[in-house]
Amino acid sequence: MAKDLGVPLEACHMGCTLSVSTEPDLPAASGVDRRRFIGYVIGGTTLVAAADLVAPVGSANAAIPSIPQPAELYDLNDLLTQATLPTSNLISIAVHEDGTASFALPRMEVGQGITTSTAMLIAEELELPVGKVKVTLAQARPELLFNQLTGGSNTTISTYTPIRVAAAVARSALLDAAAIALGDAVENLVARGGVIQARDGRSVSYGELARSAASPSTKRVEVKLKDTSEFRVVGVGHKRVDARDAVTGKKKFTTDLQVKDALPTMVCRAPTPNGTPKRLRNKAEILRMPGVTHVAKVDTGIAVRAQTFGQCIDAIRAMRVEWNPGPVAGLSDKDIVAKLRAAELPMPSLPDNPLAELLEADFLFYFRSNSAMDTNSAIADVRADRATIWSGLKSPATAQARIAEALGMSASQVTVNVVTAGGSFGRRLFFDGALEAAKISQAMKKPVKLMWHRADDARVGRGHPMTTSRIRVLHAAGEVLAFQQSNTSVETDFRHGLGDIITAMGADLPAGLGNLGFAETVFALTQEIPYNFGVVLQTLVETEERFNTGSMRNIYSPDTRCANELVVDQLAKKMGKDPYEFRKSFLKNDRVIAVLDKVAQAGSWGRPMPKHMAQGIAIHKEYRGVSACLVEIDCRPQTVNRDIRDGVGGPRVTKVTYAIDVGLVVNPRGLEAQMQGGINDGIALALTSSMHLRDGHFLEASWDNYFYTRQWNTPPEVKVIVMPSDSTQPGGAGEAGVAATFAAVACAYARATGTMPTYFPINHREPLEFKVKPFVPPIPQSPTNGLKLTY
Amino acid sequence: MPKQTFILNGKPTTVDVHDDVRVLWVLRDLLGVTGPKYGCGINVCKACTSHINGKAFNPCSVRVGDLAADDHVTTIEGLNDTVGKDLHPMQEAWLDRDVPQCGYCQPGQIMAAVALVRKVRREGRSIRDSDLDSIRNICRCGTYTRIREAIEQGARHM
Ligand code: FES
Ligand code: FES
Repeated sequence: MAKDLGVPLEACHMGCTLSVSTEPDLPAASGVDRRRFIGYVIGGTTLVAAADLVAPVGSANAAIPSIPQPAELYDLNDLLTQATLPTSNLISIAVHEDGTASFALPRMEVGQGITTSTAMLIAEELELPVGKVKVTLAQARPELLFNQLTGGSNTTISTYTPIRVAAAVARSALLDAAAIALGDAVENLVARGGVIQARDGRSVSYGELARSAASPSTKRVEVKLKDTSEFRVVGVGHKRVDARDAVTGKKKFTTDLQVKDALPTMVCRAPTPNGTPKRLRNKAEILRMPGVTHVAKVDTGIAVRAQTFGQCIDAIRAMRVEWNPGPVAGLSDKDIVAKLRAAELPMPSLPDNPLAELLEADFLFYFRSNSAMDTNSAIADVRADRATIWSGLKSPATAQARIAEALGMSASQVTVNVVTAGGSFGRRLFFDGALEAAKISQAMKKPVKLMWHRADDARVGRGHPMTTSRIRVLHAAGEVLAFQQSNTSVETDFRHGLGDIITAMGADLPAGLGNLGFAETVFALTQEIPYNFGVVLQTLVETEERFNTGSMRNIYSPDTRCANELVVDQLAKKMGKDPYEFRKSFLKNDRVIAVLDKVAQAGSWGRPMPKHMAQGIAIHKEYRGVSACLVEIDCRPQTVNRDIRDGVGGPRVTKVTYAIDVGLVVNPRGLEAQMQGGINDGIALALTSSMHLRDGHFLEASWDNYFYTRQWNTPPEVKVIVMPSDSTQPGGAGEAGVAATFAAVACAYARATGTMPTYFPINHREPLEFKVKPFVPPIPQSPTNGLKLTY
Repeated sequence: MPKQTFILNGKPTTVDVHDDVRVLWVLRDLLGVTGPKYGCGINVCKACTSHINGKAFNPCSVRVGDLAADDHVTTIEGLNDTVGKDLHPMQEAWLDRDVPQCGYCQPGQIMAAVALVRKVRREGRSIRDSDLDSIRNICRCGTYTRIREAIEQGARHM
């Protein structure tokens, strides 16, 4: 292990990560029984149980810290969890006469499986089968303040205790009512599977007790949560509660909803991102087209409403619009790279050591898209005095306030319904579709069902910003004395704040000041170097705010970690060590070493590989979780040059072994699924997926342009190992598969080809592998030859 | 407006709409059959994959006027009826492997999988890795691993 080099802590400044070796864990609320909590039975005619304030995690002060603390001691999730504390008590569970329980989750299901894991938590404490727990998504509730943001893999971490407390309150009220009904004492009763049984075998169901367990007035109760050793549901793989609806086509997304009079609506957009319309020259002609009912100019373009989306497409293609150019008109990738280079700050000085060797590396990560399968969409019904919105939203309270502002209404006049969305990857932290739909509905005075065309979602939707990452490492005699990493990035937009309008306004201060502080906070709270590398310094500088950006799955970590791990491989090589052994000897944390060992052994690290094929190994630590990934890549010419119609072959990752330890696992099956998804994201980031900015346009307009991983790219062999954990607290899971995979694929590619890549994805600078679709009209026509292509 | 007639999920269906409106919009916007999803409108993403006379097709790329009165269009909603059961074996396999994440692409994935298995059967063979590699349906949630497992499992029960 590296020695303590005695470097004073002042060597670090705001935004850095100290290399201290404290093992992170939830600080205990000292002196209290960690399983005893206060809850409420809410007054009413059927049983409603609510959870009270949870004992504060860490300090009782719930303010957002102004000076970021190191991610090791206090990570993004502590910030998100602490921000949610003051209002967590408002969540409640209802027990119904049909024997089911229901809960409106103040979060957003986008595929990450939180409705399933939440149902499991309730089932566990309530002693009800998972199938009888109905979890829906709550409408925008501004009173919840921070507590309605779905991001940072925070859902399970921050709701884990309050949800269980509410369920335990419900169980205890049911037991009290059963004691009267069965004429026996509570301690003699057993609740199991939604039925309470007395010693003599008589029983009564939850449904029968739903009314008698209710309380005419709200009352306080103390409950004791189950010990993790008593868990029967939590920790056992459970299939998704919405899977049957998904495979039968019944699962409803925004555009599947039937709202009276909300006809299909689309927008004709400017040829350059964020261009604005001057005027529509042929409005009368457009209004005469088949199916078209309304045309309206809004700030983002010309909207058209018609009987079908197909007729909207026809109308958009026929529009003759005069535009004001967008703010990046004329610019290309190379201009933005130059801008980033100019914004790079000099690296701080290194400890003076004449015997030390310096290793330097410099990486570039191009723009990437977080477009989901389900494009930006929303239904809006705006009347003179009120508005109703339906959309997939991860920060609905902010959306509600912003929409109200745009419509000239108060927030209470705007009802925002949260609909399950077809993926998010960070995109749905924003509400671009919902805001636009509201404006269009107001302009047309009609309900609208707005859907973005794929081409728009890809070209002018949001993306992950272009970033450079410079690393300098000072090493001597087999020790790393200092490790510096400096990222310079196009701004990541966090103006959705922490889910409520107050912090969103804070992120929207003039000249990006607010957002900069926010971005640095997020960076500092998520990034860390888990190795004993002497004086560690990681910084972020942001510049250039003209692009539509946002968090993309795992925010800064994939790029940062990829750069780190490539340099770790270089260091190992310089010191003549095996990459796995090198990592093992420098890692600070036993849990990281355990996952690393796991993949090395399960994935047969070091096995001989044919020429042009290689293994790569990498680790990641974040969100109280640790992961390791071992991949095998095939860079043989016959593989790279595979002939794939309208797609890229390129190197293929043939095998992935992934180990994850997130602490307590609620649903191992769901966790495995999240890792499998993250693996495909990591592969795409390394090898194939990026957006090309050329002459003011992002070129990619289709899934055959933006090369997210496809079946011909996905590894035929994937093994995810969920590590056993004795932790009593869950960690985040939704993003934890991406960073280590990206890094491992990059390392494997470097080894297979003998050249360390310095930009990503590796195919970005090759000649474009697709024909660029026109920018005017902005969207392509649907083909008509589908019957010739059946199989 | 012309009357368009075809057989949808076993039932003769007539709808008043211009010939050149693509079948996807007729299904989704006019008939309220929303299992087939929009993901691109240009026959790339395959989220709308359904069956015509038992073969996979993409309704975003077929004009409704090109359908004949005796053409059988089957969407995910009608897939189970083709085997006279609650669920088609491929849907069962999908549930057993717990494939869906957000679920948006999955109706198309299942319809494509069923057609693929039928196609290789017609060729007198069973599913190979190269067949799985040839599937063009995108899943942005990255459920590919479980899709591959589910197709092999579903095929065994078809
Ligand atoms: S919507 Fe039909 S293939 Fe994409
Ligand atoms: S499950 Fe989300 S796109 Fe496939």
